Amino acid sequence: MTNQSSSPSVSARDFPNGGGAAALLAAGIGSFLVAIFAILGDQSASLKSLLSLYRPTGPLSGVTTCAIIGWLIAWLFLHRAWRERNLAMGRVSAVALALLLLGLLLTFPPIADLF
Amino acid sequence: MIHGMGFGALYLMACSGALVELYLHYRKPLGPETLVENERFLTVYLTVMAVLAWLTVLSGAYIIYPWYRAAPPAGTANLAAFPQRLLLSSPSTSGWHSIGMEWKEHVAWLAPISITMAAAVFARHGRNLRNQPQLRSAVLAFVWISLLAAGIAGFFGATINKHAPVEGGATIRLMQGATK
Repeated sequence: MTNQSSSPSVSARDFPNGGGAAALLAAGIGSFLVAIFAILGDQSASLKSLLSLYRPTGPLSGVTTCAIIGWLIAWLFLHRAWRERNLAMGRVSAVALALLLLGLLLTFPPIADLF
Repeated sequence: MIHGMGFGALYLMACSGALVELYLHYRKPLGPETLVENERFLTVYLTVMAVLAWLTVLSGAYIIYPWYRAAPPAGTANLAAFPQRLLLSSPSTSGWHSIGMEWKEHVAWLAPISITMAAAVFARHGRNLRNQPQLRSAVLAFVWISLLAAGIAGFFGATINKHAPVEGGATIRLMQGATK
């Protein structure tokens, strides 16, 4: 992979933060996906049935499985793209935290039911 | 019991410990030997927390929740063994399911995702996080939210169990072998 780092010379002080940034943003995406799939699962009977991967647990099994798969794919993809880069963490942290907070709020039933 | 008091409560206690330890680790100057020892300890601690968090949500979703949402046979009058239906049978308790359980069953998953990330970032960056204040603060914020998510799930789990105890139910058959 080509090193597209904005700070190519890596000293102990400038250890590339891309790997950490990838894990952080992917966690935000994963949390947000939990809420999105939960809302989707509530939208229609066919989606609910589609998400019922394990019948005794119902749609929760599909909601969480899909969110975890999405989180891991996002992590892998971002890690490969960013692992040797030094990124401006302010923006990445803000987006990751916003996604996490949205995940927290959108799982709250009175808010989720607005959609 | 194992899901709530074993994994869940232990995770909640460990979470507060991790927050203090992470805060102290980056606040005070440490000698090289202490630093290495402390980092090794924190990496193991956060990894164990991640395992605990996953065990909590997986046992909750695949062992406890099927008992909770089991449907009673038609004509069942006594709903004591069917917690979800028991809660929904009265307007005074239905909110425990429609708000409490429905929030709990989803928000709990934010905890293992967040703490797995924190463990991975700490294992990868360790002492270099000292030079990455924004990354460090964001990781700490995720650990705080993971504590909040686990707290919400724990609170509703314990309170719902007061109203409609989940005590197990019929055996859940995963596979059925052929009979000869």
